[in-house]
Amino acid sequence: MAQNGEHKHPRYWFIFIWLAVLTAIEVGVAIPDYSTVIKAILLIGLACGKAFLVAAYFMHLKLEKRTLSVIVITPFLICVFLVIMLMPDLTTDVRHNAIEKPVEKVQETTPH
Amino acid sequence: MEQVTTLEHTEDVYEPSLTPDSLGKLGMWIFLIGDTMSFGALLAVYAALRAGAGVVGWVPPTEILGINLTAGMTFLLICSSVTMVKALEGIQNGNVSRMCTFLGLTILGGIIFLGLQAYEWTHLIKHGLTLTGIPDHGLSGEAISGSNLFGPTFYAITGFHGLHVTGGVIYLIVILIHGLRGRYTAEFNHEVEIVGLYWHFVDLIWIMVFTFIYLL
Repeated sequence: MAQNGEHKHPRYWFIFIWLAVLTAIEVGVAIPDYSTVIKAILLIGLACGKAFLVAAYFMHLKLEKRTLSVIVITPFLICVFLVIMLMPDLTTDVRHNAIEKPVEKVQETTPH
Repeated sequence: MEQVTTLEHTEDVYEPSLTPDSLGKLGMWIFLIGDTMSFGALLAVYAALRAGAGVVGWVPPTEILGINLTAGMTFLLICSSVTMVKALEGIQNGNVSRMCTFLGLTILGGIIFLGLQAYEWTHLIKHGLTLTGIPDHGLSGEAISGSNLFGPTFYAITGFHGLHVTGGVIYLIVILIHGLRGRYTAEFNHEVEIVGLYWHFVDLIWIMVFTFIYLL
């Protein structure tokens, strides 16, 4: 661990301006109506950029040992994996069927 | 003598052993990693429910939520993160009053954030976003039934984050009181750095929540 005197401080105001600009871009990207996929990719990319800036400079990950960065990045990757594992549930539409079925039964029985 | 030299040699090869400073920091990082998994799970469930409802069954959140207010809240949290690093920078240079001023500003930012969130929630509840329903925007019955789950997931995720901000404000106040009593110096300040880690993490999570709940 580096001694306090040796800490090289990043230029925080510079990072701050970047974060503010990225937030403004995010809002600008989100408001117009166009392809959801492109919008999602742009927004997730911008969010990851902001998260990187906060973690690397404000949380000093850039100044820490690389081992810590590896430890910290792992849960984010596991979260992405979690979403991928949920994909089968996303496509089967279980909840929708559960709500629709009783309604269909009522409609079938009334004409007879 | 030989043993001593070999010991020194091994310590050169491996990373230095844990000190009280780095132990506390590592502890906070491990807590934050666990917290990342909690928020990751909440956001993944949100994605699953939204995808399960289909395009028709889920009202775009941008039609219900006000983006301008929450963009302001995002900006506010970023500002409070900057004041937090400035507080740490202050005490690392041995300037206690500078640290206390910036810690105070960080706490103020957190409290204003919570106030804005309370305002947003009361506004949304008044307009019909509850745990069982969404505001009526002249949508089809199917859309409204599918979006019923927007309310609970929205309140769960933003509420969980709001609790983290509340905890962070209390944590910062404790550190500020310690600072005012002269606990921290240019040599002893890792506790300020650790509270900073927590606070930046709360900011980082809000960046994610803002993107996935409000903008997408």
